Amino acid sequence: MKKVQEDSSRRAALKTMLRGAGLMGLGGAAWGGVADGLQASELTIRPPAALKEAEFVKACIRCGSCVEACPYDTLALATPDDRTAIGTPYFKPRIIPCYLCTDAPCVKECPSGALDIGKITENDLLNINKSKMGVAVVDQNSCIAFWGIQCDACYRACPLMGEAINLKFERNDRTGKHAIIEPVVNREVCTGCGLCEHACITEKPSIVILPVDIANGKAGSHYIKSWDKNDEKRINTTKEKSAVEANTAEDYLNDTESLFDD
Amino acid sequence: MIDIIGRNRFLIFRRSVQLLIILAFVASNRWGWSVLKGNLSSAKALDSFYLADPFAVLQMFFSGFVVSSDLIIGALIVLLFYALVGGRAFCSWVCPLNILTETAAWLRRKLGLNTTTDNIRIKRSIRYYVMILALLLSFVLAYAAFEVVSPIGMLQRGLIFGFGMGWAVVLSVFLFDLVVLKNGWCGHFCPLGAFYSIAGKLAVVEVKHNVDNCTDCMNCFRVCPEPQILKNVTKKTSLIDSGECTNCGRCIDVCEDDALKFVLRNLKNNKNEN
Amino acid sequence: MSITRRDFVKSSAVAAAAATIGISLPSSLKASPTAPFEDDWRWDKSVCRFCGTGCGIMIATKNDKIVAVKGDPAAPVNRGLNCIKGYFNAKIMYGEDRLKKPLMRVDANGNFSKNGKFKPISWKQAYDEMEKQMRKSLKELGPTGIAVFSSGQYTVQEGYAMTKLMKAGFRTNNIDPNARHCMASAVGGFIQTFGIDEPAGNYDDIELTHTVVTWGANMAEMHPILWSRVTDRKLNKPEKVKIVNLSTYTNRCSDLADVNIIFKPNTDLAIWNYIAREIVYNHPEAIDNDFVDKYTQFATGVVETGYGMRKPDHKKFTDKERETVKHQVEKTVSEAEGVTLSYLGYKAGDAMKMKHASAPKKHWAISFEEFKKALEPYTLDFVAKISKGDEDEDLSSYKVKLKLLASLYIEKRRKVVSFWTMGMNQHTRGVWVNEQAYMVHLLLGKHANPGNGAFSLTGQPSACGTAREVGTFSHRLPADMVVANPKHRAVAEKIWKIPQGTLNGKPGSHIMKIMRDMEDGKIKFAWINVCNPFMDSANANHWLKTARQMDNFIVCSDSYPGVSAKVSDLILPVGMIYEKWGAYGNAERRTQHWKQQVVPVGDAMPDLWQYIEISKRFKIKDVWGAQKIPGLPDGLPDVMDKAKQMGYSPEDTLYDVLFANGEAKSYSWPDTIGEGFHNTEAEGDGRRITGTDGELWKGYGFFVQKYLWEEYRKFGAGHAHDYADFDTYHKVRGLKWPVVDGKETQWRFNSDYDPYARKADNGKYAFYGKALKNIPQGNLKGPDKSKPKMDLSNKAKIFFRPYMDPPEMPDKEYPTWLCTGRVLEHWHSGTMTMRVPELYRAVPEALCYMNADDAEKRGFRQGDLIWVESRRGRVKAHVETRGRNRTPKGLIYVPWFDEKVLINKVCLDATDPISKQTDFKKCAVKLYKA
Repeated sequence: MKKVQEDSSRRAALKTMLRGAGLMGLGGAAWGGVADGLQASELTIRPPAALKEAEFVKACIRCGSCVEACPYDTLALATPDDRTAIGTPYFKPRIIPCYLCTDAPCVKECPSGALDIGKITENDLLNINKSKMGVAVVDQNSCIAFWGIQCDACYRACPLMGEAINLKFERNDRTGKHAIIEPVVNREVCTGCGLCEHACITEKPSIVILPVDIANGKAGSHYIKSWDKNDEKRINTTKEKSAVEANTAEDYLNDTESLFDD
Repeated sequence: MIDIIGRNRFLIFRRSVQLLIILAFVASNRWGWSVLKGNLSSAKALDSFYLADPFAVLQMFFSGFVVSSDLIIGALIVLLFYALVGGRAFCSWVCPLNILTETAAWLRRKLGLNTTTDNIRIKRSIRYYVMILALLLSFVLAYAAFEVVSPIGMLQRGLIFGFGMGWAVVLSVFLFDLVVLKNGWCGHFCPLGAFYSIAGKLAVVEVKHNVDNCTDCMNCFRVCPEPQILKNVTKKTSLIDSGECTNCGRCIDVCEDDALKFVLRNLKNNKNEN
Repeated sequence: MSITRRDFVKSSAVAAAAATIGISLPSSLKASPTAPFEDDWRWDKSVCRFCGTGCGIMIATKNDKIVAVKGDPAAPVNRGLNCIKGYFNAKIMYGEDRLKKPLMRVDANGNFSKNGKFKPISWKQAYDEMEKQMRKSLKELGPTGIAVFSSGQYTVQEGYAMTKLMKAGFRTNNIDPNARHCMASAVGGFIQTFGIDEPAGNYDDIELTHTVVTWGANMAEMHPILWSRVTDRKLNKPEKVKIVNLSTYTNRCSDLADVNIIFKPNTDLAIWNYIAREIVYNHPEAIDNDFVDKYTQFATGVVETGYGMRKPDHKKFTDKERETVKHQVEKTVSEAEGVTLSYLGYKAGDAMKMKHASAPKKHWAISFEEFKKALEPYTLDFVAKISKGDEDEDLSSYKVKLKLLASLYIEKRRKVVSFWTMGMNQHTRGVWVNEQAYMVHLLLGKHANPGNGAFSLTGQPSACGTAREVGTFSHRLPADMVVANPKHRAVAEKIWKIPQGTLNGKPGSHIMKIMRDMEDGKIKFAWINVCNPFMDSANANHWLKTARQMDNFIVCSDSYPGVSAKVSDLILPVGMIYEKWGAYGNAERRTQHWKQQVVPVGDAMPDLWQYIEISKRFKIKDVWGAQKIPGLPDGLPDVMDKAKQMGYSPEDTLYDVLFANGEAKSYSWPDTIGEGFHNTEAEGDGRRITGTDGELWKGYGFFVQKYLWEEYRKFGAGHAHDYADFDTYHKVRGLKWPVVDGKETQWRFNSDYDPYARKADNGKYAFYGKALKNIPQGNLKGPDKSKPKMDLSNKAKIFFRPYMDPPEMPDKEYPTWLCTGRVLEHWHSGTMTMRVPELYRAVPEALCYMNADDAEKRGFRQGDLIWVESRRGRVKAHVETRGRNRTPKGLIYVPWFDEKVLINKVCLDATDPISKQTDFKKCAVKLYKA
């Protein structure tokens, strides 16, 4: 600072300031770029009751309290090779899934609100089954149950067996006397705990947990299911479109030349 | 023997504090002790109240997140504490990266690297810009920007929870300090250090120089990680009152003439002293 | 040789070019038109190693390693499908800790020491020590001083060879299988009811029936391929076909069931009687009078039979144990028993002396009126009250279910199959409850015809084929014969070409008694064959201590180290299923053979070889002299003179007489059936193993597996146990015995299908089994000695059996029922499946399945580690309140596959007094936080 003041030439001062700003811009761009690279891939599976990914990364102070609280060693803090926001908690269900402790110690320990206990509270009672860490997705090609093998290991491993994963029975026309018993995930109920992914007996799991935002599609709110009274609520999510520009029709109609282009 | 200990008492004391704090965290994670749970970003002390890294909380605030009251109170406790004992006391008494950067500085001295690479000159004030940048980037990127790249975070989380590739970042800081720039990270870039420099501007605990005892041996200059703050040494009796002083006490350790000591700043008599 | 796609294209081009100029290429250069890319591995048929379903599989072998399996599309049971255990058949073979060398506990000098550490030794050293220890026990205790833990997972030839060696060679009947733990009660039910073992029907009943009722059989997890057939049947006719699941907890079968009945442990006895009462009292028109009159006889038996436990004064019992064991001698009649045993004059509070504990099989004929009278107490109100297993279920809705169950059985023209497994067999009144199943089916004439029948499923792959049909039991000989019957012994002695009088007529120790005898010092040499008895026997603390702390020598032949190997003194590494020739028989009487696909790993050798090798160490003069047998006043006679008359020399070894006789050598190796396949026993193999004599193993020089099969099948031929010849089985996908004129039998006892039933000339049905068909007559209270015995040729018995309490029930101190069992992912004690990484990860430990409210009441959270403690022992397990097994309040389920949760330390070793099968399904425990 002193130096700037000492400098007699205003021009030099301006130059220095510009250079400083340029350097800061350069540093900021580089830093931002690197940081973003180290930032979450959207595929990270977070602990129960985590805020939405963007919010979560803001809110998490990376103190590791949730990691310490986890009795199953499920959670870990991301290191630079984990391709997710460094220092934030995550888990890989294939290695250790979330066992859905009914008392949610990880959530209770969070000081910042990045894990929001409200998300798993129902009528003032903790209900860990409300967690939405992700959603299980089945690969029907490699899932051996779809081949007709009697497996349903995921179904039996599911803590919400019969709710989050159901069985669909189909006749096996190839053998003529066996049933194909397929696991079907109910995305509304699935907590994303990953016990199914962990239990899956194929070499690479044929049922995997994906973050809800990645796995779930979304139908337009312009069409409502006639058979589902609750579906009407989706209308509220419609954003009103701005009016169509006034003269697009005229523009079209007046452009007769394009008809004779050849 | 006693002399060796005596001449390194603050160093030994500091290392003990640094290691005990990390040990408390590790013990909490591994064996469930409840002295300090969590890590340096945020911790629960004695199962009763929270502590939080005020700079991290500030970044979160800039990122647009409404921080929980637990964290705000925790951050204020910490901020108040360092405001009293000297902001950068965190750097020399708590921060585990300090052990590595000081080791790098010591090795530089031993290997005679200070002369050969002294030609690189980077202004120490750059850290304040880095700090501002951290806050701006937090705002732009919408997450705590420094926490994502912080080698301090990687080291302390690494020690408590496991490193992953984080050790490479930590190692690169060490090597940078060793072969590129003396006191490179802590003295030039660390935005957390910059934050605490500002926070500790008016600290009560200070080092005082007594010119009457000084023999101009320059030992203190050789060991000080922020030698620019010793501008009055050999010249006049005064408090070393720069916020950049880490209160590490290393100068007191190496001074053989009793010319340096810790004092509590008497706010009333402050002006007289100066 | 591997041909890549590029090579294939190239060779096609070469062939095309060659053809145009008229050159014929060697065939190796021509790509095979059918399977161009497959010709460096070989597919061959085999069977699944696991449960009693008997799925056919195909094995791919490459470079003498098994590289893949697939379901056998031609196998009638599974048509190319498998369950997840079957899916991993290839992976069970090559676990990292496969046993590869004989291991013995040795001291610093390399000599055997009971307290030594296991070190690898040579086969010769192993057999030297084994011989020494066998001789020591034989000298000290006689033939009953040695024992074999046999198996329902033996191949037929292994079981047959070991039975012959023990019974004909060493003259001891101390050989009993782990199958005793799994289906002895079913055998008891078959023998007492029909006079011959094994089911009348077959799996095709599933596709033909309208109703599947599972009684204590979680088929969805334990017989998944059969369950998928049941599921398909339900899908085929969802309105008509009904599934009822009866269990003491909600399980995986409940998902498909139309009706899920949760009953209190042991009250299945009352529910069957309720169904019978409904028939007899309220729907007499449903009784198939023609069938009942012509083909059946009502009967009943004694009730004061105890519970197969030792006397309470045994010195090794703790006081806590005695609280239960005292019921072996006397018990107080309970409220429920006061009602159900009122026909004998008992009322609640009476003391009941177990006066028939030593003769529990005693039974006699009664009239229909007596039978009807005995059923009187089993009203809907009474049975619903004592049997409702879920306290949260509404009594009236439970009653509706019971009524529905009865009505499904009763409905005219509705076909019904009842399936059961361990729930009914592992039961202190297991034979009774088996008989009750036949009672209902026979009353209705719904048995032994397509789509109708009571069908006992088996757990193990050859519980039927080996344990039962070969008779690797302490009281049995092949083809349903028994050692106690002199005529049967004579038949066996003739086939085995041994002197008359060689065989021991006193039944040996059943598997539980082998353990008890070892604890009492009556058996000092034991050999574990294809089983894991120190993990699978209830009250394990006693036996583990016995093995490690007493003077005895235990040999364990196994492929992987488990609990039994750990407590043994000598471990012999064995070849696993596809490393040897063999045959299994499944639950529907289907016998399936396979060939040796690969050479065993390391120095492991096939079990059969191990059994035959020990026979070389003993001469007939060592064992065929006079022998003392406890309980046989005259002992066993000296048969050496007779042996000499038969042309044997005293110096002949048991090997010469039993295994390498003239007939055996007539089955030469090589044989066309084995072309291109290994036969380690017959010719050795490329590993060049040094054998038990210290010489290079070059093989027996004859086709020993074929010889044993051909000799074995002589026992059943002409006695309704006919098998086809060895070669036939290598061409077909199994055949259901009796195989008469090359044809298998679908439904036994039914003259439309069974040539033996036709031969009996008894009308449509003939229950032609010969055993226990001459019985006294009497009334409900007992036999009437003034009346002549009744001949029941070609008839089955309809037993009345009352409800009784089990010997141990929850009380204040031990308030919870414990039930054990299996999970789909793991086979038995887990020695194989726990080594398949995928299956291990899927289910790495045995959990304590528990009712969520119960857990909360006790302050347990999901996942908490708790102690499960009974009067006998305790284990730690994690609480699971969700998932596959949902128990009612007051009952927990802990599977037994996990040696870290050795639940058999907790279980009670009470058995059915008739079948001697342990009741693993019920004992009382308390639970508290660990």
